[in-house]
Amino acid sequence: MAYSDKVVDHYNNPRNVGSFTKDTPGVGTGLVGAPECGDVMKLQIKVNLETGVIEDARFKTFGCGSAIASSSLATEWLKGKTVDEAGKIKNTDIVNELKLPPVKIHCSVLAEDAIKAALADYREKHASVSTATASK
Amino acid sequence: MALKFPIFMDAQSTTPCDPRVVEAMLPYFTEKFGHPASRNHPFGWEAEGAVDAARGKLARLIGARDPKELVFTSGGTESINLAFKGVAEMYREKGTHIVTTVIEQRAGIDVCKRLERQGFQVTYVPVQPDGLIDVDAIRAALTDKTILVSVMFANNEIGTIQDVAAIGRLAKERGVLFHTDATQALGKAPIDVESMGIDLLSCTAHLVYGPKGVGALYVRRKGPRVRLAPLFDGGGHERGMRSGTLPVPLCVGFGRAAEICQESMPAEGARLAKMRDRLQDMILSSVDEAFLNGRPDRRLPHNLNISFAYVEGESVLMGLNKETALSSGSACTSATLEPSYVIAALGASAELAHSSIRFSLHRFNTDEEVEYVGQRTIEVIKRLRDMSPLYELAKEGVDLKSIKWKAE
Repeated sequence: MAYSDKVVDHYNNPRNVGSFTKDTPGVGTGLVGAPECGDVMKLQIKVNLETGVIEDARFKTFGCGSAIASSSLATEWLKGKTVDEAGKIKNTDIVNELKLPPVKIHCSVLAEDAIKAALADYREKHASVSTATASK
Repeated sequence: MALKFPIFMDAQSTTPCDPRVVEAMLPYFTEKFGHPASRNHPFGWEAEGAVDAARGKLARLIGARDPKELVFTSGGTESINLAFKGVAEMYREKGTHIVTTVIEQRAGIDVCKRLERQGFQVTYVPVQPDGLIDVDAIRAALTDKTILVSVMFANNEIGTIQDVAAIGRLAKERGVLFHTDATQALGKAPIDVESMGIDLLSCTAHLVYGPKGVGALYVRRKGPRVRLAPLFDGGGHERGMRSGTLPVPLCVGFGRAAEICQESMPAEGARLAKMRDRLQDMILSSVDEAFLNGRPDRRLPHNLNISFAYVEGESVLMGLNKETALSSGSACTSATLEPSYVIAALGASAELAHSSIRFSLHRFNTDEEVEYVGQRTIEVIKRLRDMSPLYELAKEGVDLKSIKWKAE
């Protein structure tokens, strides 16, 4: 199976590999997948607590090239989005952008799950902050 | 010598034709094109002579008493199908039980699944963590209804060579036929169907520097005389077991390939084992948590299989595939996400089964290629581990088993 140029590019030059310290204010962490399934993604966002905008994102992925590319692309797309906008990223957007074949669609699903998990973790940790900004 | 890319180190998937094999085949496409079953003119005699000479060379390589015991087929898959289905149909009245193992290659497993649907009972003997099948476990699986024991000679992923002679003795004691899938072992490990008590043996040309599209099934003629129902009907070629015009050039190529293997096996095996050991030492001395799969001292000389914890096999191959052809037990390309069933059967954790890489060397590999592939593999593993959340967690001292993973 040949990979699309975009998958190869993300695999060779992954964007935003790394980690934030989990308890830093503004950071939300998602860890999804399972080692026995051959895919685990850790995706982190760093949100500006004033504006609610995702200023930075990081990932680490155990998985095939398409899984690495899906999570790398997700971090690129997350940056600059608000937390609410980020929740609208769909796995099908990732499939289309990376031209993933049917057998690799699960990689994009996992990336969407990772985004949702990171957002949920952020919301849970910063519940008081978001209600505070909302009430302004 | 300058390296030529891509480097091929996937010789347990296929091998290049040896130029000497191609040379032997060429006349049989053009001027020597006769049909070996044409009994009444020189074209036929010439073709039949060439096929029989090839049969003789193959017989010598496996220690068969009579070249007539070799039936040419289209390859390993057909040979395995003919052995199982041929025995099943012919001996059905004697019994309907077959004993095989969990590490057989797909053809062996899938033909058994089909026979189960047709009313046969199959026992799949488990494998021990070192890749060996326990002969006593086979003994324990035998019943009065068992007609066939089938155990692969050497495994395609981990290269472990089974105690074939002991299984052969057991089969003789119990009056059960013994088939071995020797597609990976032929020309790489010494085979002697007489002293090893083998009744049926499957092999293929393309793994021994011969052409694709031809294989053979050894079918014992004496002590016992094995009878097989054919897979398909036709002119009754190959002693009635495999109808169809023989592909004479391919048979000739297979014969020549067998002859070269016989001449070069001791020296070539030693050379490949030395290169393999160098590759193994390089990688295992530079990469932590890399695990050798299969028993080191009972292994095909050209096989090396390593699981790299915390990285997924397909991503390792992707890092190398522009310059080096290797193989992974991981089948992330399938929708089922099944890891290697062979590595998993060894009792390794599932993520290690997703992380296995097979290096298989061939006749034309060089020491320079081994150095290059070893270095590049080490680099790619390090790069992927820097990207791996599992490696990060493990380095932080987190026990991965303590995490509640949400499997899809």
